[in-house]
Amino acid sequence: MEDLKLPGIDYGALLPMLILFGAACVGILVEVFTPRRSRNVIQLSLALLAVVASFVAVIFQHDTRTITIGGAVAIDGPTLFLQGSLLALGLVSLLLIGERQIERGGPFVSQAAITVGSQKDLRQAGDQPGATEVYPLTVFSLGGMLLFVAANDLLTMFIALEVLSLPLYLMCALARRRRLLSQEAALKYFLLGSYASAFFLFGVALIYGFAGGIALSQVHEAVANPERSQVLLYGGLALIAIGLLFKAALAPFHVWTPDVYQGAPTPVTALMAACTKVAAFGALLRILYVAFDGVRWDFQPVLGTIAVLTMLVGAVLAITQTDMKRLLAYSSIANAGYVLVGVLALNEEGLSSTMFYLVAYGFSVLAAFGIVTLVRDADGEATHLARWAGLGRKSPLVAGAFTFILLAFAGIPLTSGFTAKFAVFGAAVEGGQTWLVVFGVITSMLLAFPYLRVVVLLWLSEPSETTPTVSIPGFLTSAALVIGVVATIALGVVPAPLIDLTRDAAQFVR
Amino acid sequence: MNDFPFLSILTLLPLVGAIVVALVPKQKAELAKTIAFAWSLVVLVLSIVMWIAFNVGGDRFQFRESYAWIPSWDARFTFAADGIALVMLMLIAILFPIVILASWHDVEKSNRSAPIYFSLLLAFEFTMIGVFAAADIFLFYVFFEVMLIPMYFIIGSFGGPRRQYAAVKFFLYSLVGGLFMLAAVIGLWVVGGHTFDWGKLAEAAGSIDQNTARWLFLGFFVAFAIKAPFFPFHTWLPDAGGAAPAGAAALLVGVMDKVGTFGILRYCLSLFPEASRWFAPAALVLGVIGIIYAALLAVGQNDLKRLVSYTSIAHFGFIGIGIFAFTTQAGTGSVLYMVNHGLATGLLFIVVGMFVARRGSNLISDFGGAGKLVPVLAGVFFFAGLASLALPGTAPFISEFLVLIGTFTVHPAYAVVATAGIILAAAYVLWMVQRTTQGDLNPALTEVPEMRKDITLREKVVVAPLILLIIVLGFYPKPVTDVINPAVEATMQDVGKQDPGPTAVVANERVAR
Repeated sequence: MEDLKLPGIDYGALLPMLILFGAACVGILVEVFTPRRSRNVIQLSLALLAVVASFVAVIFQHDTRTITIGGAVAIDGPTLFLQGSLLALGLVSLLLIGERQIERGGPFVSQAAITVGSQKDLRQAGDQPGATEVYPLTVFSLGGMLLFVAANDLLTMFIALEVLSLPLYLMCALARRRRLLSQEAALKYFLLGSYASAFFLFGVALIYGFAGGIALSQVHEAVANPERSQVLLYGGLALIAIGLLFKAALAPFHVWTPDVYQGAPTPVTALMAACTKVAAFGALLRILYVAFDGVRWDFQPVLGTIAVLTMLVGAVLAITQTDMKRLLAYSSIANAGYVLVGVLALNEEGLSSTMFYLVAYGFSVLAAFGIVTLVRDADGEATHLARWAGLGRKSPLVAGAFTFILLAFAGIPLTSGFTAKFAVFGAAVEGGQTWLVVFGVITSMLLAFPYLRVVVLLWLSEPSETTPTVSIPGFLTSAALVIGVVATIALGVVPAPLIDLTRDAAQFVR
Repeated sequence: MNDFPFLSILTLLPLVGAIVVALVPKQKAELAKTIAFAWSLVVLVLSIVMWIAFNVGGDRFQFRESYAWIPSWDARFTFAADGIALVMLMLIAILFPIVILASWHDVEKSNRSAPIYFSLLLAFEFTMIGVFAAADIFLFYVFFEVMLIPMYFIIGSFGGPRRQYAAVKFFLYSLVGGLFMLAAVIGLWVVGGHTFDWGKLAEAAGSIDQNTARWLFLGFFVAFAIKAPFFPFHTWLPDAGGAAPAGAAALLVGVMDKVGTFGILRYCLSLFPEASRWFAPAALVLGVIGIIYAALLAVGQNDLKRLVSYTSIAHFGFIGIGIFAFTTQAGTGSVLYMVNHGLATGLLFIVVGMFVARRGSNLISDFGGAGKLVPVLAGVFFFAGLASLALPGTAPFISEFLVLIGTFTVHPAYAVVATAGIILAAAYVLWMVQRTTQGDLNPALTEVPEMRKDITLREKVVVAPLILLIIVLGFYPKPVTDVINPAVEATMQDVGKQDPGPTAVVANERVAR
């Protein structure tokens, strides 16, 4: 009998993920063993500490280029850059999640299982502190995302997909206000997400049949010298892509996005819009650039069509929205389309500009949803657009920040939105995908309209009786907003350092 | 003296001013106005010094400065001014203090914040100076887009009754143009050797594939044609000009629209010479249509500000044909027209603003015989009208004349049709003046107490420099044409067109052969 050889494990390279998973496990113990009153502070500190420690670990690893645990995980430039971005964005999301000053008990319900509308439910809606399970769940999810962008074989990628998704499904159901909407969102997300995972897994099976292995390098070999039916290859690639496109919210797999973004507690929406997007595109980049590079001419037009469709759907439907969270959801769909344009450049610029876009958009969208948590009336957040009329007169600072973020989304220069768009469009022209850029520009024009409509509402409309007040943000939300807005300015005015960083990082190991 | 970083300081100065003014509390409106006015005067003084330091016979681009920005894209903070940019910068520096002074009481009628208004004006000056001073296409594009934001808020927050509609229309039109240009800028960056530097791109211009160059030209041209605006991209201007406060409207047509024609000269012509020649007939036709069509519409207007906006579209038709005639005479005429139009139409808008502020209405039918109540103001209005219709002796006459004779040498037909625009100009201006200030006194006017107040000292100070400049440049344009001429000649060289010689000389050469 052969000796069973254990694969070598580079613990240093895995440290960022190990820290997060460890901290998440500790978080569950904290939930059991600490008194309710102090739990929130302990959990929040633990989560923040873990994320910061993990970020430091990523920085220490910045020169590592290795494939470890038997080829399951690749630590290379894109991995480390995306992990660092995920942690930075995750930290800001945690700040939003940890906010307890704006609303008594915070944005999360205390016990999600209580029947909506029952006596018990009314009592807990009043003043009971929110669930603190949300912190370990967030950290688990972040850990899954870190693994997702590092996964070097298809099964590891699938496991990471589940680790990042399952906590998110749960967190969507935890909103304190509008609980039915929140539960509906969670169920919808869970069902559709499960379908997408199943598609992904089926695709992995087909690719295994085609390549005789699940490691991305094996798939790459098999694509270059195919020995089995091409049907397996294209079927497998299509199914895997569907799984990833679903997570990244690209049309026609986007339909869950507005409902889930609207129903989920806003800090969780922010987490999904910023981090899930980074993770999904990180995995998509690795799959396309590392494994299926050989059939680029076959998938480029298909994915290009999807990018055009996504940009059009996002932009056109954003025009018709009347709810701020849904508007931001459609805008995030359109932005996913722009990211896909960068991905499809399929060159080094494509890789680096996509990574830049993800970071730039992540910070802006976090700030946008952070501001949504502030605009409230007696029933919680006032997300209907009409309610925002005249907000500029009542609270110029918050409205000014929101306007700035909207201008960034619209791609006005001196914001990160412009540099990011410029980078992905430049890469796409470079990669011979001019037609995608033409559609990108046309949809940018369409997309400017809904943003501008909000700006008009904020500044040019007279405030009415029903214009909600802007809550005084607590320290955590203020910090998150400042980080988001400053990053949006900085990446617009002095983008050079981050661009250089993405360029240095833009090399996959195989 | 030429090593002094004029252009970067000139660009940043108004930005700092805008921030300072914005920080003034709302109650201290007078303080904010005074700071804004003084600040714009400092900019003016610095511009005058720069004008003196400019070496007329020297290099095409002077005061060049370059600082690193995004090295991996080769985007730099590069500033440089040729003669065309220099005269435009001078026009900006002159118009802003005048407009700030003219807008002194604009905000008081609404409950809006005066510091914000004047801060927006200075922010607008920052973007305007930047867009003319930039010699890096990326930087140019940044200013080209950012300038929309202060103007959007000026129109949207401080404008007339239809301000929201006008502001959104203005923003979307310009943004659409800007995004076409963005696509072209990216394309140019890729095919032009991964640089944004104007000089390097102009050198690489010849090597760009003909078809690509035409598409890129079109991207730039559409953006500039919307900005200028040329027919048929003009529909935003009457709305924006009609809704904007009069001072801001003067800046809108006086300065901002020139970015379009300036952009065509600097970027379309020099970077895509073959495409420019190929598209020139179409551009000429658009120019001629614009002259006639806008003039006809102007005749039919009952709203003073919209009327002036339409006259401005007609004038841009002249500038357009002057540029695309590709002769030095017509080109110089066009650039001179850009300056003179800024002075004349700026004055007309400001004076219209004075009438509108008194009457509380833009409509011509609400006036009638106003000259009997405010004779001096009516006189200034008449003068501004005459300058706008290019009466000999006023500055616009020289530029219009240069454009027409410069165009006639190569395209007589267009020049002849365009000349009809002069007649129409006389019609719309004189009829406007007649209906507002001449004839029987409209009895409703006497009931408006403000209409009894003739021109004030502040208003005299506002209009005096413009009147003076219009007359002086009408008789002695040489200081300006000397600066413009070499830059236009260089541009024509970029396009690869030479002026047609006198026909007799050509005949002699043939005989000699």
